[in-house]
Amino acid sequence: MPTLAHYLFVSGILFAVGLIGVLLRRNLLIVFMCLELMLSAANLSLVAFSRFNINGSEIPNYHGQILVFFIIAVAAAEVAVGLAILVALFKVKQTVHVEDLDQMKL
Amino acid sequence: MRLLLFWLFSILMLAFAFGIVTSRNTIISAMNLVVSFIFLACLFFTLDAFFIGIAQVLIYAGAVMVLFLFIVMLLFIKNEEQRSFNKTMLATGIMTMIGFCLVLTAAVRTMPSRDIVVPTLLPSAADDVTSVGLLLFLRYNLPFQVMGVLLLVATLGIILLSKDPE
Repeated sequence: MPTLAHYLFVSGILFAVGLIGVLLRRNLLIVFMCLELMLSAANLSLVAFSRFNINGSEIPNYHGQILVFFIIAVAAAEVAVGLAILVALFKVKQTVHVEDLDQMKL
Repeated sequence: MRLLLFWLFSILMLAFAFGIVTSRNTIISAMNLVVSFIFLACLFFTLDAFFIGIAQVLIYAGAVMVLFLFIVMLLFIKNEEQRSFNKTMLATGIMTMIGFCLVLTAAVRTMPSRDIVVPTLLPSAADDVTSVGLLLFLRYNLPFQVMGVLLLVATLGIILLSKDPE
């Protein structure tokens, strides 16, 4: 049977993969995808905590799952706004490479 | 059996997540992200969180992914050309990851509740849509409404951003 530590390790490794993607990749779209990975890693640990913390009642602690629901909704809004900004930027600069996007001025 | 499924899903999920970071083609990265999110939903199912798992598939693997693919194809981004990789940057990134994994290992090792095996649930816990929905609408009603306003503001912002400046 898997323990809580199993799930936390997998969630931590997923977070680390997302972090390394944000740090190393230069394509803004892939940086966005890796941000989504990091959010999902947090979701995985929240669901694991909710499942393992049943404090005697034999039903999971659903408060954690509500938080995951809110995180998913905020992440969806964040992706939509981020991609809209990216398209607006691409119209002006014709690139999504972060090293070419080093000025606030258009 | 549960442990076997756990390892199967998590190894596949991490492999596809690694595929996002390593692939040069943005469309392949997006597809890797879809598969990775589907396996993450499977992991949620192994934790008996059926509602969250289905929401994950619908929202992430469905809606968000369509958005990503649409943008990739709209912008017609060619494969990332092989730029000279900044060596110090690569070293910093890998060291950050190794340091993070070490801190994580230390933190999980000393956690008092780390050895809890999956507790058994009542059969009624399988109906988690009802429980999550009741909690959402009774106790978390205000945050839920605020979330609706947030989505509305996001929609307005996107319309404003994608409008021509003239």
